[in-house]
Amino acid sequence: MATKLPPTDAVVVGLGWAGAIIANELVDAGLKVVGVERGPWRDTAKDFNIASVTDELRYSQRQELMLRTAQNTITMRNNPSQTALPMRKWGSFHPGNGTGGAGNHWAGITFRFQPEEFRLRSHLEERYGADSIPEELSLQDWGTDWSEMEPFYDAFEKIAGTSGRAGNLVSGKQAGGNPFEGARSSDYPTPPLRQPYSPTLFAETAREMGYQPFPVPSSLVSETYTNPLGVTMGPCTFCGFCTNYGCANYSKASAITTVLPALIRKNNFEARTHCEVLRVTTDSDGRRATGIVYVDSAGRQWEQPAEIVVIAAFTFENVRLMLTSNIGEAYDPTTRRGTTGRNYAYQTANSVQLFFDDKNFNPFIGAGAVGMGIDEFNNDNFDHSGLGFFGGGSTRVTPIGATPIQARPTPPGTPRWGSRWKRATVDNYASTMSIGCEASNYSSPNNYLSLDPTYRDRLGRPLLRITFDFTDNDLRMAQYVTEKTAEIARRMNPREIVASPRIGPWDGRPYQSSHVVGGFVMGADPGTSSVNKYLQVWDVPNLFVVGASAFPQNPGYNPTGTVGALAFKAADGIINHYLRSPGEMIST
Amino acid sequence: MKTLMGLSLTGVALLPLSIWAASTEYQDIERGRYISVLGDCAACHTADDSQPFSGGVALETPFGTLVAPNITPDPETGLGRWRYEDFKAAMTEGIGKGGYHLYPAMPYPSYTLMPEKDIHDLWSYLQTVTPVENDVEANQLPFPFSIRQVMMGWNWLNFDEKTFEPDPEQSDEINRGAYLVESLGHCGTCHTPRNFMGGEGGDKFAGATIEGWYAPNITPNAHIGIGGWSEDELVEYLQTGGNRFDFASGPMADEVHHSSQHWTDDDLYAVARYLLSGAGLESDDWDREPPEPLSEDNAQVRAGSHIYFDRCSGCHTSDGGGEYGIFPQLASNPVVNGDNTSSLIRVVLAGSRPVATDAKPTAPAMPSFAWNLSDEEIASVLTFVRNSWGNAAAAVSPGDVADMREALTGE
Repeated sequence: MATKLPPTDAVVVGLGWAGAIIANELVDAGLKVVGVERGPWRDTAKDFNIASVTDELRYSQRQELMLRTAQNTITMRNNPSQTALPMRKWGSFHPGNGTGGAGNHWAGITFRFQPEEFRLRSHLEERYGADSIPEELSLQDWGTDWSEMEPFYDAFEKIAGTSGRAGNLVSGKQAGGNPFEGARSSDYPTPPLRQPYSPTLFAETAREMGYQPFPVPSSLVSETYTNPLGVTMGPCTFCGFCTNYGCANYSKASAITTVLPALIRKNNFEARTHCEVLRVTTDSDGRRATGIVYVDSAGRQWEQPAEIVVIAAFTFENVRLMLTSNIGEAYDPTTRRGTTGRNYAYQTANSVQLFFDDKNFNPFIGAGAVGMGIDEFNNDNFDHSGLGFFGGGSTRVTPIGATPIQARPTPPGTPRWGSRWKRATVDNYASTMSIGCEASNYSSPNNYLSLDPTYRDRLGRPLLRITFDFTDNDLRMAQYVTEKTAEIARRMNPREIVASPRIGPWDGRPYQSSHVVGGFVMGADPGTSSVNKYLQVWDVPNLFVVGASAFPQNPGYNPTGTVGALAFKAADGIINHYLRSPGEMIST
Repeated sequence: MKTLMGLSLTGVALLPLSIWAASTEYQDIERGRYISVLGDCAACHTADDSQPFSGGVALETPFGTLVAPNITPDPETGLGRWRYEDFKAAMTEGIGKGGYHLYPAMPYPSYTLMPEKDIHDLWSYLQTVTPVENDVEANQLPFPFSIRQVMMGWNWLNFDEKTFEPDPEQSDEINRGAYLVESLGHCGTCHTPRNFMGGEGGDKFAGATIEGWYAPNITPNAHIGIGGWSEDELVEYLQTGGNRFDFASGPMADEVHHSSQHWTDDDLYAVARYLLSGAGLESDDWDREPPEPLSEDNAQVRAGSHIYFDRCSGCHTSDGGGEYGIFPQLASNPVVNGDNTSSLIRVVLAGSRPVATDAKPTAPAMPSFAWNLSDEEIASVLTFVRNSWGNAAAAVSPGDVADMREALTGE
């Protein structure tokens, strides 16, 4: 049985972006904080050595930085009529492990969600009519708004050193930035990265077509940057080993390059790594979290009592911990009652590949988040009247680096092996580029998370089961935005294009996106949400669950900027509201 | 308090004993605590941060191993049975209680300069630390160095017992800096080459090897010393562990961690002003003309330039300018230009993790290239770096790299 440890003021589960930010804020407010992390302590100096980090076999093929599926995985199915099977090798998404979490191997794209997103249902009903939203979508408002979110986006960008060009400052619109973004209180902390050739070419064409291209906001810093915690980052070198890799140049923002070096020095913080949390403990009526139980690397169980419990793991583990700890009511798709597991959503990834004869893109020059994008076809930036769908995508060229094993751009009709395949690789490696469209994924009553009835992890707990498929809304949207993207591609005058709109059913094997969201969503109504706008669990006031699990649906943007902002928002809720009347739901 | 401390100390040496001997006030003890920080007592006497001053840090000397003793007030294993006079004799004469000779790994040749008020306050502070029972076998030297009487002859040749005398020609600040550098800071212990007996010889502050690291030249020479650093840059280094040229690593990382990051601004600027003035140096030998750089056609320089652009320029930049606050500037860097290349070779082979401080928590690391650069390649790239962007210094030989590689492998 678990050995009971001395109590602490707050325990934070997960030391990725969200957990590290919250722990640091609580520690600075004077609380004694214990951080618990299931993976190892990761550190740039020790783990991401520049002499050895550019190893595609180790990091990309063998997924070194990702959670071991033998430790914990998910099961998946497209709909309730199927029996879910476990994912034994990460395919569709790449959950992280260790301090820094998935934030070590992320790409670094750091959008803010648009103001309309936080009241999406209200916004669409106002613009298109009260009954315009189809039955298959369970879109919701977030219970917060832009004015409440903006300061926390700003705080996150200053921690991460995010590079970019403002398109909309409170003082007025700015040429060259994203005209669709919400009004910003300040510009990006560092200027945009310099652009490689393919995004430059894309932006020129997009501009000719009347669109307004802008540098993709990126938490790869463009110049040396020291953040408010005193931690210094070095400028991105476009090394091309970025997504799926840790950064050796201290250029890619993550908890380990921006927060933990300062946090770990503080006396009232303690990190326990290789400790996997089994459950949140509650008092007899379930209205107060009393702490957590975790198992260490030697298999011993420990109970850590705490006055405040913060769950800040990856989306999947946040939801599974709530289900295994009986927090809230598990979602039932038939009755549509219950909120734990509700509104799971994903991302709809589309692309258009362009084969040229006369171009050399030097595609090995790359970074997870360097590029140019347009937002004319994202979210509700265009009129959806009569289109038969809602949502849209962020259209952009972001050359991540064409690595030796994986980068084999060959046109349709090329054999998949042999001398002709090799010849085609040589012919097309340098002259191929692609335009991506990272599009929204709108939640549906049929897509949800639950505990698997069959498969269990090494500790005997049920795996999390994903029941998910793309909705008709999303598939129609995918066709539309991909055609718009293809129009730009054709205008760029390549020899050949290959358009790949997302088609159903959801296939868990090819990588698509690690942007898994929802399942423990935020909102103003306890009937349809699990946490309030401070990420405080309804009816369990000293429990906060933070991360992309709180998104009620997923817009056509990458989630990390919003995860960071929500972490600051939760910390603000705890420090400036909860601690004034502990044990109560925050009412303001 | 900071200002008061900085301004008053030089005068304090002249105060008559009777003013402070009567009682030990809180401020004396606090002052003694700060003196223990200035003297970096913890560097040797604290092996375990949870048991300060209980000894146990092993010092590898050319003569064998010495272990710093327990200086907590524990009666059996520490200084519990010592009287103030015993402590004073240890600090100023190198004589322990009962008359035995200390080895000069204990920097009594520097501490002898301390005014009595400072010794007494330090003693008062040490009386207040928690007694820890920890029996340390200090003398682990081999015969004949294990015979402490050999130190009598050493002292006769290498040691002068004398209290610090301020130079009336110099400002109070320079005098304060002199006292800190020569006595409590004992900078020369590492930075001045030692003679064959392990005493500080000539070439004061010209740089010396200690524990496999090269403690660089800290004379005002602009090429190989710190003459190109501003006072602000020197203070930044001592206070935060890094400036645009360098991050403290190896034994200097310990010094910043335990000691100089906690010094007052006034004391740090006094040290900077004193060191950069050259006031403590007896001759102008440090003021040498830099050599001519090796030609770009030199085979090592040419090979090294390719290695540099492939392996090094991503961080240190193609013009050797580095990135302030994270990647040291190699151009005009005195460590790069220095006569002794052991630290340079060491960081390329073994990598290096500098000290993290509250002011600079990042501690950016230099990775190890031992596994994918040969001795010849490392010698070439260092030769290139030492002769580019205004740098000029002798070529590095592959044999030196091989020797260091062997020494590190044996560690």
